[in-house]
Amino acid sequence: MEASQNGAANGTVVNAHEITKRYGEGDTAVDALRGVSLDVERGKLTAIMGPSGSGKSTLMHILAALDLPTSGHVTLAGTRLGQLSDHDVTMLRREHIGFIFQFFNLLPMLTADENIRLPLSLAGEKPERGFYDELVKRVGLADRLSHRPSELSGGQQQRVAIARALVSKPTVVFADEPTGNLDSKTGGEILQLLHESVENYGQTMVMVTHEARAAATADRILFLADGAIVKDLGGAGEDEILDTIRDVTLT
Amino acid sequence: MIRVALRGLLGRKFRAVLTAIAIVLGVAMISGTLVLTDTIDRAFDRIFVQSYAGTDAVVQAASSDISFEGESATAPPIPEAILEEVRSVPNVEAATGSVFEETAVKVLDRKGEPIVKNAPTFGFGIDPSLSRFNPLELKDGRWASGPNEVVIDSGTAKDEDYEVGDSVKVATLAPVQDFELVGIAQYPGVESLGGATFAVFDLATAQRLLNRQGKLDAISAAAKPGVSPQELVADLDRTLPATVEVRTGVEQADEDSGEVAVFVAFIRYFLLTFGAIALFVGAFVIFNTLSITVAQRTRELATLRTLGASRRQVLTSVLLEALAIGAIASVIGLFLGLALAMGLNALFKALDLELPTTGLVFSLRTVIVALLVGIVVTLLAGLAPAIRATRISPISAVREGAVMPSGRLSRFGPYIAAVLIGLSVLLLGYSLFAGDLGIAERLLSIAAGVLFLFFGVALFSPKAVPRLAILVSPVAKWVVYALSVMVYPITYGKWLVKRGLFEEALPTGRRVLSVVGGALLALVVGPGILAALIYALSLLAGSVLAVILGAVLAVYVVVMTVWIVVMLVLRALHRGSAADQPSVRPDSTTDKLSNENSRRNPGRTAATAASLMIGIALVTFVAVLAAGMRDSNRKAIEDQIAADLIITSEDGYSPFAAGAGEAARRASSAETVTDVREEVANLAGSGKDITGIDPDRITSGYNFDWTNGSSDAVLAEMGTDGAVLAETFADDKKLQVGDRFEVEAPGGKKAEFVVKGIYDPSPFYPLLGSASIPLAEYEKLFEQNQNQFTFVDVRGEPSEAKASVEEAVAAYPDARVQTRKEWIDKEDKEFQQFLSMLYVLLALSVIVSVFGIINTLVLSVFERTRELGMLRAVGMTRLQVRRMIRQESVITALIGAALGLPLGVFLAALLVRALSQFEVGFKIPTGQLILFAVVAIVVGIVAALLPARRAARLNVLRALQYE
Repeated sequence: MEASQNGAANGTVVNAHEITKRYGEGDTAVDALRGVSLDVERGKLTAIMGPSGSGKSTLMHILAALDLPTSGHVTLAGTRLGQLSDHDVTMLRREHIGFIFQFFNLLPMLTADENIRLPLSLAGEKPERGFYDELVKRVGLADRLSHRPSELSGGQQQRVAIARALVSKPTVVFADEPTGNLDSKTGGEILQLLHESVENYGQTMVMVTHEARAAATADRILFLADGAIVKDLGGAGEDEILDTIRDVTLT
Repeated sequence: MIRVALRGLLGRKFRAVLTAIAIVLGVAMISGTLVLTDTIDRAFDRIFVQSYAGTDAVVQAASSDISFEGESATAPPIPEAILEEVRSVPNVEAATGSVFEETAVKVLDRKGEPIVKNAPTFGFGIDPSLSRFNPLELKDGRWASGPNEVVIDSGTAKDEDYEVGDSVKVATLAPVQDFELVGIAQYPGVESLGGATFAVFDLATAQRLLNRQGKLDAISAAAKPGVSPQELVADLDRTLPATVEVRTGVEQADEDSGEVAVFVAFIRYFLLTFGAIALFVGAFVIFNTLSITVAQRTRELATLRTLGASRRQVLTSVLLEALAIGAIASVIGLFLGLALAMGLNALFKALDLELPTTGLVFSLRTVIVALLVGIVVTLLAGLAPAIRATRISPISAVREGAVMPSGRLSRFGPYIAAVLIGLSVLLLGYSLFAGDLGIAERLLSIAAGVLFLFFGVALFSPKAVPRLAILVSPVAKWVVYALSVMVYPITYGKWLVKRGLFEEALPTGRRVLSVVGGALLALVVGPGILAALIYALSLLAGSVLAVILGAVLAVYVVVMTVWIVVMLVLRALHRGSAADQPSVRPDSTTDKLSNENSRRNPGRTAATAASLMIGIALVTFVAVLAAGMRDSNRKAIEDQIAADLIITSEDGYSPFAAGAGEAARRASSAETVTDVREEVANLAGSGKDITGIDPDRITSGYNFDWTNGSSDAVLAEMGTDGAVLAETFADDKKLQVGDRFEVEAPGGKKAEFVVKGIYDPSPFYPLLGSASIPLAEYEKLFEQNQNQFTFVDVRGEPSEAKASVEEAVAAYPDARVQTRKEWIDKEDKEFQQFLSMLYVLLALSVIVSVFGIINTLVLSVFERTRELGMLRAVGMTRLQVRRMIRQESVITALIGAALGLPLGVFLAALLVRALSQFEVGFKIPTGQLILFAVVAIVVGIVAALLPARRAARLNVLRALQYE
């Protein structure tokens, strides 16, 4: 499959510079992020880990143009996010951003097939036939296309969500606790699928997770604590990740 | 996105249907009104067009087109000799004369009572040999051709079971007599004349009976072939004297139907207003429902945004839902309107207000208007929720329990409300008090003012909800408690029946006892207690309500019987199970929870309550206004009437045969008898009503409230050219005592009068005309032989003496003898009837708001699924869940009443102030207002039935896991 295009020539797809996020004012202010900077490399799976309250979800939301930072800026696919109008952001979402949610977020009244095509049909487009069939086969849903979400298992629903995220060949896919709602066996299958998308098809992915096993599939792991990056690992095994977590939380 | 919108709607079919009903009823009312009035229009068209179908020219007395307050002056009859003149004109092929009366000819029913139903009672005298001029069609028998023969209309014949050959009494200006019914006729193509009747005599007989010897009301002429109607008219014009005027048949038909068309148009707009009100309430319901569904779909809509849906696409999706609902609802409403048209006609018939009809007219205009209105209203109502949906931020897709952002303007809600209310007060003040305003402008600014007022109060209400909720909760609690105690025999009986049928564990003897005892309780004891309560209520608030409640109770008994049968069937099929035992113990936890729930989302509670508020405000408005008007009416009659007995026609406002007045003088108990006649004429250049009085005796019957130094003495000075004026007329024409003014009667006779005295008439219901002149002079100007009133003073007790006077006027069945009190009571009753009709029409809006409440409750139960699961898991019983939902509903409904009652009183006060020149009273009928509050509570209870059941039946486990 062709690799996803777009983005800076130097291989950085998303760039964050000195991102801070502050909630509230004065004495009751809470700093969710304090000056976080990072680059997301093309064709790699970047995991963001951290305990609750570390700001990992907040960071992803900001990277994914769902939220705005209090200060600092984000560049995605060569575009500065800060000054974009809602219309421009919407265009961005159609072309460059894909989402995978913890709770699947499928539309209950559409079939799996319709759910998958949704990002394209919103733009008034149709997926290329060959690509679509291959994608569906890749996620293993070829015989489930006409089913509604209520007729699918959790794992199958997440597969639909993954296909949906990939169907528009976005520059980057953001996954928010993709296995959080699945049992360990199914979760493992999903992680495998995500890993394949990155390895074999060159999809850039950013994943927020608290599971060491999920992070172990990543090419790079960023650890957040109290709103700042405290450790930046390259690819690591589960044990090393667990050790790092313990170190990070004890400090 | 279209697919998303429509598929979503299908997935929520049940809720969509509930929402759609809000619009269906409003559209049905509009469609029904248009169908009904179109049908009436066509019936009248047929009557008028056909009346002159074979006629090329019509000759009548030259009338000066005088009219006063919508009533035209009656043209006097013309001499018979003119007929010969017409026949002598060369271009005339044939001509015939006819006699025509609008109110003086009344057919009597088999009990001897005149058939009078707020409609004309026509009398015709025709020459049947010239059938081309005869618009009527014989259904049976033949035309009258002798002094004792009559033909009547088919509607009356059917209602009273008269057949050809029967003896029928008909009252005319002559004493009542028997006639042989020789034929039955009707206007072709007209199914029903509504409440109108007619009697057809031969020409000579009609002339005799209606005091038109040697005279005719109209001459119809047909032209020789090849001569156009216009040519014929020109010919006749040249030949005939100036005292008559000639028109073509078409012109005459147009003129006759013109007046009626105005009347039908009035009815059309009157009924359409109620449809508009129902739609307005429906719009509120749509707005509320869509707001809630959008809020509930926050995560779904946010997800769509993350996938790249633009704001415009989200807007379109929500609007599309609204469009789909509106379209389907409008189509259903359109056809439901047909049924409603028949229902409206039945309502009118029940209140003696029926109008002529033909087959139902279902025109293209009706289809277009109904569909357009329904769809546009739904789209407008859905606009605000759709716009709010676009503000859903994509980040809500990831947050659990995401709440929809409040509208950008919601912070300013109370301020906008204040501005709207201020604007409305300005508009209302302007419309009511500003000087030179046309009627259309006045009505428009009143409508706009009232609309703003409703919106303003509705916008403000979320602020008021928490406090109102605290206020109404105890009322809700205790009244519902009282009602459930009253209904307890029934609920307990139902439980007993179910227990007896399905509880296997009990011994057979006890089971049978349970079933029988339960059935007795549910079918006999329970309804018996309720019937007694309804009776007590009727003593407080009038019989109409008691009839309605009684009907509901009867329906209930039928339903209950069916239910028992169904239970027996279930038993035979070995299905069904026993239920929880009902209890009437007060339950403070449930009460507290429901109280809290109502205040949780004040905006939503307010919007739901607002839909009921509108209906209750309007009903209150009508009730308060009516109470004041009845008071004013009573006062007006009591102030003006001095006589012991008053003779009027059966309907109270048409004139009656003068012979009755003469006959009254022969009554043994009568001391002073004086007549009053009235007509429309030109007074000092304007169309006004003028009365003829007997100056010597009038004070025995009428109390003059003299002004400007006049007194009863001026009556003695009236002589042959004196007149007394009502102050309103004198001021209008700037006439003072001593001034002269001219009176011109229809038919051209003129006379000049001198103002002798001025009095202050009762502005609400003046019984005399703008000017009153001596009867002797009146008779010179007007050919009329009918009285408006005859005042009778008697020896002894009026109520006892009444019998002798009634006996004296027995030959004139249309003349009704009554004491002052009896007259007031009769007017009161007619008022009540009209009021009932208004209530029924407004009930439609209340029904729409009931669906609004059901909607909101169903949606909120759905929203709280997990929470309800939790409550059940920690020990809440099904009964308690039902009670909680029901309580919320009642609180919401009572808030609607708490807002609506003061609003209605305020609007009534405003209108009374505006009509102050008519001295309309202002009276608050507290009994009725309390009743409306109780109705609101019942509305709350009824609305909660379905949602409470659904909430109680949730499967606890699935509810807990609900996402």
